[in-house]
Amino acid sequence: MPEPVNAVEMHGIVKRFPGVLANDHVDFVLRQGEVHALLGENGAGKSTLMNILAGLYRPDQGTILVNGQRVHFNSPRDAIAAGIGMIHQHFMLVPSQTVTENIVLGLDTPRFFLRLAELDRQILELQARYGLKVDPKAKIWQLSVGEQQRVEILKMLYRGARVLIMDEPTAVLTPQEVEELFVTLRGMVASGHSIVFISHKLDEVLAIAHRITVLQHGRVTAAGLDARSVTKRQLAQLMVGREVVFTVQKPPARRGEVVLRIEDIWADSDRGLPALKGLSLEVCSGEIVGVAGVAGNGQSELAQVITGLRKCRRGRVLINGQDIANRSPAAAIAQQIAHVPEDRTGVGTAPGLSVADNLIMKSYRLPPVSDGWVLNRPVIRQQAEKLKTDYDIIAPSVDVQARLLSGGNLQKAILAREMSAGPKLIVAVQPTRGLDVGAIEAVQRVLLNERSRGTAILLISEELDELMSLSDRIIVMYEGEIMGEVKPEETTLEQLGLMMAGQKLEQAQITPAAE
Amino acid sequence: MAMTETTATGLRVPFTLRVEPRLEVPRWLGAVTSAGALILAFVIGGGIIALAGGDPIRSYQHIFKAAFGSVGVLNDTLVKATPLILVGLACALAFRMRLWNIGAEGQFFLGAWGASAVVLIPLLPKTAPRPLMLLVMALAGFACGALWAWLPGYLRARLNVNEVVTTLMMNYIAVSWVLYWVFGAWSEGGFQMSPVFPKNAWLPRLTDYAGAVEAFAGLTLHLGFLFGLIAAVLVWFILQRSRWGYEIRLIGDNPRAAHYAGVNMVRNTVLVMMLSGGLAGLAGMSEIAGVVHRLQGAISPGYGFTGIIVAWLAKLNPFAVVLVSVLFGGLILAGREIQPSGVPRMLQGVILFCVIASDVLLRYRVRIVRRGAE
Repeated sequence: MPEPVNAVEMHGIVKRFPGVLANDHVDFVLRQGEVHALLGENGAGKSTLMNILAGLYRPDQGTILVNGQRVHFNSPRDAIAAGIGMIHQHFMLVPSQTVTENIVLGLDTPRFFLRLAELDRQILELQARYGLKVDPKAKIWQLSVGEQQRVEILKMLYRGARVLIMDEPTAVLTPQEVEELFVTLRGMVASGHSIVFISHKLDEVLAIAHRITVLQHGRVTAAGLDARSVTKRQLAQLMVGREVVFTVQKPPARRGEVVLRIEDIWADSDRGLPALKGLSLEVCSGEIVGVAGVAGNGQSELAQVITGLRKCRRGRVLINGQDIANRSPAAAIAQQIAHVPEDRTGVGTAPGLSVADNLIMKSYRLPPVSDGWVLNRPVIRQQAEKLKTDYDIIAPSVDVQARLLSGGNLQKAILAREMSAGPKLIVAVQPTRGLDVGAIEAVQRVLLNERSRGTAILLISEELDELMSLSDRIIVMYEGEIMGEVKPEETTLEQLGLMMAGQKLEQAQITPAAE
Repeated sequence: MAMTETTATGLRVPFTLRVEPRLEVPRWLGAVTSAGALILAFVIGGGIIALAGGDPIRSYQHIFKAAFGSVGVLNDTLVKATPLILVGLACALAFRMRLWNIGAEGQFFLGAWGASAVVLIPLLPKTAPRPLMLLVMALAGFACGALWAWLPGYLRARLNVNEVVTTLMMNYIAVSWVLYWVFGAWSEGGFQMSPVFPKNAWLPRLTDYAGAVEAFAGLTLHLGFLFGLIAAVLVWFILQRSRWGYEIRLIGDNPRAAHYAGVNMVRNTVLVMMLSGGLAGLAGMSEIAGVVHRLQGAISPGYGFTGIIVAWLAKLNPFAVVLVSVLFGGLILAGREIQPSGVPRMLQGVILFCVIASDVLLRYRVRIVRRGAE
């Protein structure tokens, strides 16, 4: 029997972005019929490498072989023609079109007339073969995130992809949806497809992958490890390059009076669906209350209602006894509520303005930054320089545009701005997402310092480890409701996981014997 | 299809061009690329003139002489530039907030009408002191332009009605409104124009002071030019130094960040639209009180639209608006010398094209790489 040809071989791939060496002579081999996990921290170069394989970027150096043939991709079209399809973290679907329309979108055939009924039938066949159930006639906006992901997979299969690259596919899924996805992936591999699974979640990687390649700072630290012969701890070390400390030093809480009290809040999402359903909670000064939950269960809306960015239909948001529900963002700022938003570039900063201008977004109304009419430029500059030093924001100067800062430095700038106002309440949403270990530690230290200072902190995060190590109490949200409240020292990841999947605390009780 | 190795190297060029995003934009780069684009535009324009059988060098010499060659024509150039400065500033201000006011033409007409109303209704007696008369005319012109822009601004802010459509459509209403008055109530003996304004409703011109400074004789540059310069400084100050301008720049750069920072979007949309309309209205007042001295249908050869181009070429920088306006004033003037519409229009188009294309160089840099390095 002849040696099976590798589905993909990438040799000596180098890709530079201005100021960053994203891939530094990376080798990657994907065998026929395997799930190969590409593991690494955010910014390690996983997505870059796979974007090169999918034809989105062109490598500065290096060669790519598909089924033993040398290839040069100039566009994703070239890649898909060679049987390589990528499913991005952010789905590339048209919300107002149907599943079938999205799947055939951009193809050369059908050329002019859409025989939708015929296409629907073809897509149903494809679904049956791989166990990917979605109504072909449904509009994308009607689908859940998990279903949309299935549409993306179908799109690639319909185009004849033999190699499927999945960029952090589980980031937006519930545990059940993750399980369904894994079943699908196993089925596809059994029928001869090869899958690249990009992730930084160790448990998932160990659960699905046959082999694992680890990237760190653009270099391969481990190539093609057998998933059966490595431990989580070893992988973590390969990923980060040092022994990982999974816990943070935290002084005991000095809980004070109630700062934030939310009473029976009801609010809708952007799509007009109920996102918060009668939610109530309290945050006291000097404590961190963590909010856990799978993305899209109302956490973003909760943060927006508190900070005045979203209207609520019912309920009260009391800050030190004063109701600020349905007032403006300016009212929340005036109540000294700091907000570290989820979307750093889309909401938290103005990328085209200077770093200094970005640092005054919350303070420009007040002296000494402005006297009501005129901005005080020397003061703005002086403050910006001070914050740049205090928070270790790495930038050539405070006059450069904010879009030139890296994710970590942008987040430090946002924290610097929000903390410098001396807040009473901090609403931090995914404050460490996408940051490297150094920046994560810096962000967590800032939050703990504020806690010691007596600030009330609501920490919304999807990183359970982070919630466990930082929070004094953890509230679990599911579909806009609170499933229960636990103390990190009295709970387990398993219990949190069950609650995140929609089980109330009472149902998710773990007997002491089971621990 | 994926290219194979042989076809990729089939064409042997030793160098390739690489386009990369720029990390830092040096302060001088904007001015340098704009100047480069301008030069390139004249080279391309010269090529087209040559193709048409003309002599590019002599044409340009002629254009330069006709626009800037003597004190007399320079005066005429600046007179033409005056409305462009004000209208260009109106557009630059609104565009900074990504508020697409395409209605400067209509606001210009309404400004002209408002200023005329002071004289023709009359709101002030013909014998009113000149400074008072001019001040009231300027205020009326500004206010009418601002109110004309208020409606699209309000609709945009409250109901999210696209301001491009409303401002554009209101241009036609504005022109018809002015025509209604010059054909009807304000018509002079049935002609499509109002009577000439009394002298105290004329903006002072340099030639008015020829008695004191002999060199001023015949120079028609009027006080409106100074309005333009002052407005440029004011707009710059508002945008760069004021708290309000910070809000405008914040909205323009990232509306969601502005909302997050607690900026009142509704109020700012309406106010910026009104200030923009007011500036365009002031341009209308300056034109009829400084040049035409009566209200008539043909007071603007599309200043309001040229203002959009001026604002873009100036990259929304108020001081650059002044420079670009003078350049365009010269082109409009010289255009009449060479050819009624062809060559100067072509040059305007080519300049716009080159300057907008040159924007790419601000955001990206082009590197030349040896193929061997790949």
